Amino acid sequence: MANPKPKKLTKGTLPIYVVLTIASLLSLFPFYWMFVMATRPSAAYNSIPPTLLPGTQLVENFQKVLDTIPFFQAMWNTIILCSAVTIGVLLISSLAGFAFAKFQFPGKNFLFILILLTMVIPPQLGLIPQFYLISQLGWLDTLLGAGVIFLLNPLGIFLMRQYVSQSVPDELMEAAKLDGCSNFRIYWSIVLPIIKPAFATLGIIVFTLVWGEFLWQFTVLRDPSSYTLQVALASLNNAFRVDFGMLLSGVFWATVPLIIIFLMFNKLFISSITEGSIK
Amino acid sequence: MESVHKRKQVAAKAQKRKLSEKKKDMISGYLYVAPFFIIFGIIGLYPAIFSIVLAFQKWNGLGDMQFVGMQNFVIVLQDPLFWKSLYNTIIMGLMGTAPQLIVGIILAYFLNMAVIRFTNFFRVTIFMPYITSMVAVALVFGVFFSSNETALANYVLGLLGFDPVSWKTSEWGAKIAISLMVFWRWVGYNTIIYLAGLQSIPKDLYEAATIDGANKVQQFLHITVPLLKPFIILTVFMSTVGALQLFAEPTVFLGSSAFNRDEAMTVVMYLYRDAFNLGSFGTASAAAVLLLIIIIGAAALNTWLTSGAGRKKRGV
Repeated sequence: MANPKPKKLTKGTLPIYVVLTIASLLSLFPFYWMFVMATRPSAAYNSIPPTLLPGTQLVENFQKVLDTIPFFQAMWNTIILCSAVTIGVLLISSLAGFAFAKFQFPGKNFLFILILLTMVIPPQLGLIPQFYLISQLGWLDTLLGAGVIFLLNPLGIFLMRQYVSQSVPDELMEAAKLDGCSNFRIYWSIVLPIIKPAFATLGIIVFTLVWGEFLWQFTVLRDPSSYTLQVALASLNNAFRVDFGMLLSGVFWATVPLIIIFLMFNKLFISSITEGSIK
Repeated sequence: MESVHKRKQVAAKAQKRKLSEKKKDMISGYLYVAPFFIIFGIIGLYPAIFSIVLAFQKWNGLGDMQFVGMQNFVIVLQDPLFWKSLYNTIIMGLMGTAPQLIVGIILAYFLNMAVIRFTNFFRVTIFMPYITSMVAVALVFGVFFSSNETALANYVLGLLGFDPVSWKTSEWGAKIAISLMVFWRWVGYNTIIYLAGLQSIPKDLYEAATIDGANKVQQFLHITVPLLKPFIILTVFMSTVGALQLFAEPTVFLGSSAFNRDEAMTVVMYLYRDAFNLGSFGTASAAAVLLLIIIIGAAALNTWLTSGAGRKKRGV
């Protein structure tokens, strides 16, 4: 953005910079500290004053993580789970959002209000029957069982309906119909390309949601080979004597990929928050 | 004569085509919303109803269910641990979210000031905690707030002249540590929402107020806060509902002792423990139903308070 007036550091703005800098440092410190601890032997933790500079044990600590939990397996499981759920939610939501935005059918408003109501039900209400259902289906300790409940994403339908009705012109649909396009063809060849930006927004919301969710994954995934990152990391803390260096090494390596993705797409992440919550 | 007849025929044909087109659209409509509603029926609605039914049964998840009326509710409501967990949830909810919203508004206000540079850098760093998972946050803060005397938090307390705190086993230590991690992770998220709200306020309002002689504080109270109200309502609502569902942070923070201690047990932890550690699905479901009622009550109270406060303000 072109700025006509150059912004100068004046006396009046100094306190504001101080506040913002402190807020930034406090936001970043745990990340830095996690890195420091991941490079230090556990004993460093007991030193006074506390160590605040990185050490040399980065590899050793991570080796201990690998010996304790199936880290790469868990990373892989998490990526598969998040990707599959994200693709599923995008397809389900865009189909339904398209229908709610562009078609007339009896009961449409009722169904839409029903979707909005489902947003209010806390996920814990159904936890026990869901667990029972998944165990009856034999899906405990599987990514299918861990992922299926996340396909239920009312926010996605809400966002997609909004986006389709704003950005897909009725005339375009009429024209396509005159050319003999079926409704599904219109969805696939016209609507999907137009709503790509909404896919990016919703995709980030769903991916980070599933990546970080704990309660359900913790309930369904009991076997270490089926662990996702969150469950695996949490299990590191269950030992009687926890090796802090190893613990934070696990957290560090599990967080690094997300930080890299975030720094690359930070604008998209931040706009997904406002779009996902304000519409 | 003939041409009129023909025209009529064409019109009827067009009508018919339009009708069948309408019918097709109707079928497509149902077909396209079907995947969501099928999944909703199986994974959402059925478990929710099942949960409410279960709340009136005695069941360990294996044998036959036995109808026990209100007994599960009586058991839960007479259990001091349930009330303790509700108390903990509310206290940690207040301590974790109220400061978060206030600090969020202040940071957003600063970030929105035209004279401030590097806003993108500040915005990204302040938002960054949100991308870390709750488990990661709980583990990092778990080391930071470990019960060791040499824990970093205790070292900082020592510098300030306080005695070390046993963060994981004391009534207030656990609550403060957990509230702080909730605060740290969410403050940037709320800042971003408030920032979007501030950016939606037209600049000429401030210019007009400046011309009329209103100072910065008056502008903040009479322009910023009222116009930001929808965003405040939204964040208060989301934080309230989120706070009542607190589970991951205390569970991971306390590790193996999470379900054996009561300093930081939340309502969701209580129901989880009933179901999966004690095998009492009935009382756990009763607790889940109570949680639903509490959440609906809190949401209604929220709406009532915010709309009531708004009416009063307009009346003045």
